Amino acid sequence: MEKTLITLAMWLPLAGFVLNGLLSLRSKTANQSLVSGIGIAGVLAPFAIFAYLTFNLDILHLTEEMKEFVLFSWMNTGTFSIDFGYRLDGLTIFMAWIVTGIGFLIHVYSIGYMYAEKKDFSRFFAYLNLFIFAMLHLVMGNNLVILFLGWEGVGLASYLLIGFDVHKDSAADAGKKAFIANRIGDAGFLIGMFLLYQVTGTLQYSGILEFFSVHSVAADLLNVIAVFLFIGAVGKSAQIPLYVWLPDAMAGPTPVSALIHAATMVTAGVFMIARLSPVFLGAPEASTMIAYIGASTALFSALIALTQTDIKKVLAYSTVSQLGYMFMAMGVGAYGAGMFHLMTHAFFKALLFLSSGAVIIALHHEQDMRRMGGLFKHLKLIAVLFWIGAIAISGVPGLSGFFSKDMILEQAYTFKNGGPVLFGMGLLTALLTSFYVFRLIFLTFHTRHDGVADMEHHHDDHHGHDDHHGVLPVSWNMKAPLVVLALLSIGGGYVGLPHLFTHETPAIVSYFDKVLEYSEGKSPSEASHEWKNHPTESEEQVLMGVSILVAVIGFLIAFLIYQKGNARPQPDGAARPFYQAWSYNKFYVDELYEFLILRPMKKLAEFSYKIVDVKIIDNTLDAIAAALVAIGNFFRSFQSGVISDYALYIFLGMSFLGMILIGGVI
Amino acid sequence: MEIEIIRIIFLTVVLFSIGILGVLTRRNIIVMIMSVEIMLNSVNLLFIAFSRYFQDLNGEVMVLFVMAIAAAEAAVGLAIVIALHRNYHSIDIMDIKALKE
Repeated sequence: MEKTLITLAMWLPLAGFVLNGLLSLRSKTANQSLVSGIGIAGVLAPFAIFAYLTFNLDILHLTEEMKEFVLFSWMNTGTFSIDFGYRLDGLTIFMAWIVTGIGFLIHVYSIGYMYAEKKDFSRFFAYLNLFIFAMLHLVMGNNLVILFLGWEGVGLASYLLIGFDVHKDSAADAGKKAFIANRIGDAGFLIGMFLLYQVTGTLQYSGILEFFSVHSVAADLLNVIAVFLFIGAVGKSAQIPLYVWLPDAMAGPTPVSALIHAATMVTAGVFMIARLSPVFLGAPEASTMIAYIGASTALFSALIALTQTDIKKVLAYSTVSQLGYMFMAMGVGAYGAGMFHLMTHAFFKALLFLSSGAVIIALHHEQDMRRMGGLFKHLKLIAVLFWIGAIAISGVPGLSGFFSKDMILEQAYTFKNGGPVLFGMGLLTALLTSFYVFRLIFLTFHTRHDGVADMEHHHDDHHGHDDHHGVLPVSWNMKAPLVVLALLSIGGGYVGLPHLFTHETPAIVSYFDKVLEYSEGKSPSEASHEWKNHPTESEEQVLMGVSILVAVIGFLIAFLIYQKGNARPQPDGAARPFYQAWSYNKFYVDELYEFLILRPMKKLAEFSYKIVDVKIIDNTLDAIAAALVAIGNFFRSFQSGVISDYALYIFLGMSFLGMILIGGVI
Repeated sequence: MEIEIIRIIFLTVVLFSIGILGVLTRRNIIVMIMSVEIMLNSVNLLFIAFSRYFQDLNGEVMVLFVMAIAAAEAAVGLAIVIALHRNYHSIDIMDIKALKE
C-alpha cells in the first residue's frame, strides 16, 4: 500500500511533464487553466501522499524492510547490480515535504507570474514538473545511483529553466555556465561514489549505513572519499570556488530562482552530506575543510551582496551565503542544525524571492533597485511580506532564521578546530546579511525618490500602446503563497527552540539524531561529540546576545545610510571607492576565471584548431588522398582504349603464365 | 628427305612472332586479323610436325579442329569489321577507342 503510494508520488510529476510538454508542442496558446491544473496536480498529489504517509506511519520507527523497497532490477552485470527502488525514512520524508510543499506554493505563484507569457506557459509548467520529478528521485532513491540520476535530472531542469527565455543570449549563456560548473562538481562526486563502492561494496543506502554501523574505516580513506563527495556538493550547492553559476542563474524566471536556486536544488549537497553522514563523521579533516569552505563562502558572497543593484542578484548572493552557513554546520558535525537551516532558509528565501518577483512583475520586469523606491504605498502587502522575510533572514529573535542561524553559530563556536574563527566569520556574515537585506528593503520600498515616476515616464515613452502604466496590481494567486510562506518563516523556527530556552536538546536536533543514527550505532551528535567543546550557559547567553546585536547593528547601519542618509547606489560607470568597486564587481572572480581558465582553454582550442586540426590532421588526410589520386592516374594510363595495347597486356600476361608453367617456379 | 624437327620449330616460332608483331603493331584491323591467321597456321604447322615426329595422329586431328575454328573466327571477325566500318567509316584502330570510356 505504502509502496504503491510512494511509487505513484514519484512518477506523477513525470506524467505532468509529459502532458504539459505535449500541450506545449501542440499549440502556441494552450488553455492556461488546463495547463496550470495539470502542473499543480503534478506536485500537489505527491505532497498529499507524503503528508498522508507522515501522519499514518511512525516514521522514526520504521523497520529496515519498511524503509527500503525495490521496484525492479535496474542494471545487473554479474557481480555488480543496481536496483531501482525508494527509501522512506525521517530524512527523505523531511526533504520530500520541503520539495513538494514549497514546490506546490511556487507552482501556484507561477500561474500568476507567468500568466502573461501565453506562448511559453505550458512549457514552463512542464519543466517545473520535470524538476519536481528529478528532485524527488534525488531525495527518495534507495541508492547513490538514483541520487545521481536525480542530481543530473535537476541539473537538466535547472539548465532548461535558466535558459527559459531562449531568445536571450545572456539566459542561454547563464544556463551553459550552470551546466558546466555542475559538470566539474559531478566528476568529483562520481569519483567519490566509486571510492565509496570500493570500501563498502554496495551503493545502496541500507548496505552503506549497515556497513558503517558495523565496521570502522580508516580516517585517511574516508577523508579522501568525503572530499570527492564534497566536490560534487560544491558544484551543486554553489560553494567557493564553483559558486559563480548561481548568481548568473537569476536569468531564469523568478519562481525558478525561488524553487530551484534557493529552496531545493541547491540544498542537494547538504542533503547528500546528511544522507552519507557516517562517511563525513568518520572524516574529521575533510569535515573541518567543509566547515571552513562554508564559512568562507558565507562571508565572501555576503560581501558581494552588499553593493549589488539588481534585486535578484542580492538575493542570489544571499542564497550562496546562507548555503555557506549550512555547510559550516555540516562541517562541524551539527547535522540537525544544518538541516534546520535548510528548512528555514527554504521558507524565508522562497518568500524573499517570490516577493521580489511580485515587485518585478508590478514594475514591468524592472529588476534594478536604482529605478525603484517608495513602492510601499503601491504594494503594501508585498512590502509587509518582504519585511517578514528580511527579519527572518537577518536573525531577529522570534522568527525562524534567528533560531537556525543562532544554532549554527553556537555549534561553530564550540568546534575545537578554530571554532572562534568560524564563529567570527559567521557573525560578520550575519552583520552583512542584516545590512544588505535591509538596504534592499529601504531602496525598494521606502526611500523617496523619483524612481517610480521615472518608471512611468519610461513606459509611457516606449510602451505607448500598453494599457497599464506605472505599478501593476499583483494577483491573488501570487499573494496567497507569499502569505503561507510568511507564516512559515515566522513559525518555522519553533521546531528548534534553543537549549538556552528549554534546557533540552532542540526538537529538530534530536529528530535528526534519531534519523541519522548509523555511525557505529551512534547519532551524529554523539559521533561528533569529541569535535566540540561544551559551552556553559553564560557562554550561550553571550553568543546569542552577540548575534542579536549584530542583526540590529546591520539594520541600523542600513537605516542610517539609505533611509536617513537617502543614499542611492551609483550608476554602473560611476567611480567608486576601491572597496565598493571590488564588491560591486564581485571581487573580479569571473574575470579571474576568465584569465586563469577560459583564456588558456581558448588558446588550447585555437591551437587544436589552427595547428593540430588544420595543419596536421587536414594535411595528413590531403596527402593520403593525393597519393591515391597519383596511383589512380598511373593505372589509368594503361586504359588507352587501343585494342593493340590490350592485346599486348594479354600477350605479356600469357607469357608470364607460360614462364611459370614451364619454368616451374619463378 | 626428312627435315630436322628443330628447323620446323624454329620456322613456327618465327611465324608466330611475325603474327604477334602484326597484331600489336599494325593499325589496320584486316591486317590484324590476317596476322591472327598467321599465328594459327604457325601452330598448325607445329602440330603437324610433332604429329609426324611422334607418329601420333592426334596432332593432325587437332589441326582440322583449328582450321574449322579459324574459318568461323574469320567470318565473325570480318563481320565485326564491316559493322565497325559502318559506324566509324574507318577500320583504323586508332579511330576506335570506345573501350576507353
